[in-house]
This record gives sequence, structure tokens and C-alpha cells, in this order.
Amino acid sequence: MPHIQLDENLPGIRSLLAFSPETAAPMGELTNILLRSNEGLSMADRELIAAHVSFLNDCFYCHQSHGAIAACYLNGSQQLVNQVKADYENAPITDKLKSLLAIAASVQKGGKQVRPEQIAHAKALGATDKDIHDTVLISAAFCMFNRYVDGLGAVTPTDLSSYPPRAKQVAQHGYGNHVFLANQPI
Amino acid sequence: MAYIDLQNDLPGIRGPMAFRPETAQPLNELAEILLHNEDNSLTRGEREMIATYVSAKNDCFFCQQVHGAMAQHYFKCDTVYIDNIKHDYQSTNVSEKLKALLSIAGSVQQGGKQVTTEQVEAARQRGATDKEIHDTVLIAAAFCMFNRYVDGLNTWAPQDRQLYIDRAAMRATEGYAGSNPHK
Repeated sequence: MPHIQLDENLPGIRSLLAFSPETAAPMGELTNILLRSNEGLSMADRELIAAHVSFLNDCFYCHQSHGAIAACYLNGSQQLVNQVKADYENAPITDKLKSLLAIAASVQKGGKQVRPEQIAHAKALGATDKDIHDTVLISAAFCMFNRYVDGLGAVTPTDLSSYPPRAKQVAQHGYGNHVFLANQPI
Repeated sequence: MAYIDLQNDLPGIRGPMAFRPETAQPLNELAEILLHNEDNSLTRGEREMIATYVSAKNDCFFCQQVHGAMAQHYFKCDTVYIDNIKHDYQSTNVSEKLKALLSIAGSVQQGGKQVTTEQVEAARQRGATDKEIHDTVLIAAAFCMFNRYVDGLNTWAPQDRQLYIDRAAMRATEGYAGSNPHK
């Protein structure tokens, strides 16, 4: 049960964005810049970082949503996504992405948990300053989104088949109110 | 020293904001709506205090000084009063409603699922509206982001607290939206 009166027909963060469209606008813009770019990090890489941090924060809605969006960019491989969320070190992904997921996981615990060796390791594997910046900010932003969703008790669909159709919507049209407030596929 | 070459020597969040203006813009807009917009039944001082309290719990020196100075500016109080709220708000004379909202913010800092129905009910009984509860949760969540952004990149922060107090009046007048990190 949500802690405040929300539209029960909208799942997860979508009900909160509808409750507060003023704050939804910059949050949608931030998400588009951070997750809808292939510059340096691919959109799949960015969604995997978001899904992993959400998994660590135990935010079911966010890790299912962003996991499903990542799968859209990875030829539908939900299996790979699930492996990255729970055990990225043994997943078939690049060493560079592993080094960035390690930084993201430290940020999830707290900003001061990031160690200079983690940064040096990521740089040695080819991560640029912008890749590292975006990794830290994606992780930090999901520490916000996850708390926003669970802190207000937003409704979390437990039917896993409801996530892929909405993920497809985001994969096609990006983030923002035009997507969040549109009719939901399921 | 920052972990990446920010191409500037600005303190705190202003360093990465100048490095990546694309993300700085929505971040500042969000701060503007949550903390500075006048169309809100929570005062600017109360909202800055929630931000300060969460930043203190996250041990982010830069953010708790910046926003503590803002709260001090709006409350027209001294630094000791702000420090007392940070350390033990229950023993201060802030309103019972703000105490209830700070309690919710403290739970959000630990994790979204830590917020209890009882905490929300207590805030409601002390007059908090749905929007005030929403804004409290989002301010606390947003500072779990800002604090991690600042410390996760290992930005530097001036240690003289007076420097933050000196800037508060300017920031209160200008707000956060479109703020220039170089000024």
C-alpha cells in the first residue's frame, strides 16, 4: 500500500511521476541524458549499471524495469541481465564494464566507499573520465530513484511478464512524461 | 583531489557540474523545485534542513555545510542551532511536524523500505499533507544522490565553515535553477 494517495493504475515510479509532474520533468531529463546515450558507454552498459545498483538496493520495481530495458538492447537476453545483477564478476561482459560495476557498487554503499584503486583499475581497462563520471552519477541517481519508489511504497507489479512490454516502450521512445503518462501496455 | 580530471578546481558538486553541464541542468532544476520554489507549504528553511540532516547522516561535508548554511540563513539562527538539529533534532524546539518529517527522511537515508506506516501516520497526525510527505521522501532520496555524486568522485571541500555561510544569501536570492558553477 502506498504511503500517499497515488493513481493505482500506474506501476512503480510512474505513479509518483504522475503525482508530481514538476519534479518528474527534470528527473526524466536526467535519466535520458544518463541512460539514453551510446557515447563511451552503450545504452546496454548504462542500463546494466542501473539494474545492478537497484538490485543492491533491493528495489524490485527498478531492477526488474531496468533489467528488462537492458535486455531489449541485448537481443532479449534476460539471462545475461540476471547474471550481471546478481554476480557480474562471472558474467560474460567486458573487464571494463566489470570495473565500472565495481565502482557503482561502492557508490551504492556510500560515496566515500569508492577507492582510488578501483578508479585506477577502470582507467587501465580503458574507462575515460566521462565513463567514470557517468557511472558514479548513474549509481547515485538510482540510490535516489530506488528510495523514491520504496520510500513512498509505490505499487510494485509482481507479475514478471508485465515488465518487458513497458521496457519496449522505453527502449523505443526514451524516458520522460510522454512515455510514463501514456497508456500502459499491460 | 578528484578521481577524474574535472578540468576545473571548483569545490564540491560545482566541479562535476562544470565538467558535465548537460546533467547539471536537470540536477539544478530538481534542487530548485524541491528546495527553492515558493509554491510549497514547507518553508525553504524546513526543506533545506531536511537536505542538511540527510547529508549529515551520509557524512557528506560539502553538502551539509552548503545546505546547513542555507537553513541557517532562512531560520535566521546560528550555526549551533543547525548543528543541534543535525545531531539530535528531538531535543530542539523545531515543530513537531518537522520532527516527524526528519524521522521519515532519516529512514529514507537508510533505505526506501525503512520508512514505516507508523512514521507516516505520525507525520499526518501532526498536520503533514501527502505533498509534504512526498517532498520529504524525494528531498531525502535526492540527497542520497547528491552526496554520493560529491563524495564518489572525491571532490574537495573548503574546511572553513564561514565560507559557506557567506554564500548563502546569494544562493537564496538566485536559487538553484540555471546556477553557474563557476560563480
